[in-house]
Amino acid sequence: MSIDWLHFTPWSALAGGALIGLAAGIFVLANGRVAGISGLLGSLFSRSREGLGEKALFLLGLLVAPLLWQLFTALPVIEFQGGWLSIALAGLLVGLGTRYGAGCTSGHGVCGLSRLSPRSLAATLAFMVAGFASVFVIRHLLGA
Amino acid sequence: MGKLTAFAAGLIFGLGLLLAGMANPAKVLGFLDLAGAWDPSLALVMAGAIAVALLPFTLARKRQQSLLGLPMQLPTKREIDRRLIGGSLLFGIGWGIAGICPGPAVAIFLTGHWQVLLFVAAMLIGMALFEALERRERAQ
Repeated sequence: MSIDWLHFTPWSALAGGALIGLAAGIFVLANGRVAGISGLLGSLFSRSREGLGEKALFLLGLLVAPLLWQLFTALPVIEFQGGWLSIALAGLLVGLGTRYGAGCTSGHGVCGLSRLSPRSLAATLAFMVAGFASVFVIRHLLGA
Repeated sequence: MGKLTAFAAGLIFGLGLLLAGMANPAKVLGFLDLAGAWDPSLALVMAGAIAVALLPFTLARKRQQSLLGLPMQLPTKREIDRRLIGGSLLFGIGWGIAGICPGPAVAIFLTGHWQVLLFVAAMLIGMALFEALERRERAQ
């Protein structure tokens, strides 16, 4: 392992993380809800209409964030990897996996670990290990 | 009021993702690439987020109602089962392929890249598939 000092951005990472934590804190204290994005998206497909307005408004806020950002400064660089087939496969796995696993980086990672949930810790370890393994196979074994 | 705080929370969440670098798939993959030139930034995103969210969640766990008087709806499941681990593993594999997870996917949806439109479409199909499979299981 070698550290990529050129791309390491500790301060913006900490500050951005703090904003994410603040948003999750507001949502749980004001609305009594967990800011898990896959769960909020998944509830759009559920037959339960419970809290749909609040959930949709959270997602709307998330959706328009780059528009607000652009009023003040240029958007950060957004670079993708892979062709259409791998992106489609990735999306399908993320959609299916986060619903079976009942959470993603926000729901299990940020909110679950913040409420000291062993279940969320197990899920976070599982998707982190799978993420590391997936990149290892793609970049270092397949050389893509 | 609950609608306003929900919108504000989503907006702040999105600005945080953009600032943190999570909205750039190449940076996420740089974090997941332990064997290459490793960019540890995203570990600090998680650390910063948890450091700030720890106190609100600790308070929330002791309450029956939110500050706005809405029911406190924290997850109640505690089982660590095959569904949890299997689903999380599938998610992690997909995350490692494209470097995109659900939050950033929504946060960069309007930036005009075809990749994120395709990713979100496929992700929603995956979620709809889950609902359909669940309904079929319950019907049996």
